[in-house]
Amino acid sequence: MKYLILIYSNPESRAIWDRLSADQRAGGLSAYAALNEDLTASGEMVVAEALADPSMAKRVSLHDGQPMTTDGPFAEVKELVAGFYVVDCESIERAVEIAARVPEADLGLVEVRPCMDLSGFEM
Amino acid sequence: MSTTTEVENLLRELAPQVLGALVRRYGKFDSCEDAVQEALLAAAVQWRSGGVPASPKGWLITVASRRLIEQLRSDSARVRREETAVVQAPPSTDPSPSEDDSLTLLMLCCHPSLTPTSQVALTLRAVGGLTTAEIARAFLVPETTVAQRISRAKQLITASGAEFRLPPQGERSERMAAVLEVLYLIFNEGYTASAGVALNRVELTSEAIRLARQLHARVPEDGEVAGLLALMLLTDARRPARATPDGELVPLAEQERRSWDSDAIAEGVALITETLATARIGSYQLQAAIAAVHDEAPRAEDTDWQQILTLYDLLASISPGPMVTLNRIVAVSMVHGAVAGLEELEAANADPALTGHYRVDAVKAHLLDLAGDHEAARSHYERAATRTLSLPERRYLNSRATRAAHTWSRP
Repeated sequence: MKYLILIYSNPESRAIWDRLSADQRAGGLSAYAALNEDLTASGEMVVAEALADPSMAKRVSLHDGQPMTTDGPFAEVKELVAGFYVVDCESIERAVEIAARVPEADLGLVEVRPCMDLSGFEM
Repeated sequence: MSTTTEVENLLRELAPQVLGALVRRYGKFDSCEDAVQEALLAAAVQWRSGGVPASPKGWLITVASRRLIEQLRSDSARVRREETAVVQAPPSTDPSPSEDDSLTLLMLCCHPSLTPTSQVALTLRAVGGLTTAEIARAFLVPETTVAQRISRAKQLITASGAEFRLPPQGERSERMAAVLEVLYLIFNEGYTASAGVALNRVELTSEAIRLARQLHARVPEDGEVAGLLALMLLTDARRPARATPDGELVPLAEQERRSWDSDAIAEGVALITETLATARIGSYQLQAAIAAVHDEAPRAEDTDWQQILTLYDLLASISPGPMVTLNRIVAVSMVHGAVAGLEELEAANADPALTGHYRVDAVKAHLLDLAGDHEAARSHYERAATRTLSLPERRYLNSRATRAAHTWSRP
């Protein structure tokens, strides 16, 4: 089963990051490196990406069939997706175990979403 | 020139035999498996253009042995005695022990130290002869992920101290059960994929049937192996009718039965009939028998639900489980009416394995629909649709919800 692990950031989490010492930051980054290494070794990693700042985002819409873009998400959005993992593992329990190793889980900013698949019972 | 399919079929047939020959000769399942995979890849390229050699198996064994030697030589940390052990003549191509090898390999790939996902990947490569890239495409994950799963699985097997021979008698039936589970997982993965967008996906269903056939030929006296093969044949026979061309699931009762595969049904029915008469009963046999009753009904309304219910009663007694409970309840309502089914469903819902399960809602919705309570049916279809993790099921359940709503607003 595939699971999407979403990592959010909000003003509070960004302020916490800003206050961290160099050592503490290095600790956070090495926690990520260790997690990535373990997921690759276990054959559970599908993809993991950190996302650029929301100010770099483009909102896309079609006008008369032509794509139009506007900058950024809406200003009032405080909690933003900062990165994600897609893992392929045995169960949601295992996905939660993986998600708990993301440093942002300390701040309650990590979410596990099951991906839909093509399985289906004969009804 | 040989066609791609011919070469692929031959390679898949030979893969476990070549691997068996190498492992018996050199030990080192892990390195041998890599070497065989390389030989298969080389053969796939060369045989397609240059034709199949006179002794394909001998060719593969020679090339794989050479790869193995190169691999061991390049590893400078190896001790010399390993090198000398390998530089001897390649193993003989005597075909006699190969069928034993396939069984031994299957049991090794389904070693209990591995997760089901790893068992599946390793079985498909080592026994099925699929490439890492094909397995990755079939399961929609990156090739590196599959490669890593396989290499880790082999490490775990090596670390467990398992050897290349059949497990001791006392462990054999348990291991056989794991093998059957893996084959059924492979089958189901392919079967469900065929209902959706399945472009570029290896035919996992046929692969599972091929492996089950191979296994059945090796242990014809094992009733559960025969039962699983029959179950696969009888289920796969309905594949042409189980989804619309755009991937919408068609329930059994509404399938166009003329498009079912009658050869597969005849084979499956004959196999399960003979097996039930001779072998010790088991859950795959019962599931196959149920599939046979469905497949033998010319129209949905001709289905012998009484017999299906009897079979589910048996299944529930020898191999109980939440899905057996639910399917049995469907049979109960077909025999004794939807109200009887709904009563049993109420009781079943107390089982922690079923409480809150979307399938309970799906069955409940279906029974309420049958009982004429379309309004309640709609809300249960909707609840089930929100909670399923399957796209085709979600579409199906949502369309049922809409249909129930129409029936209810225009009685």
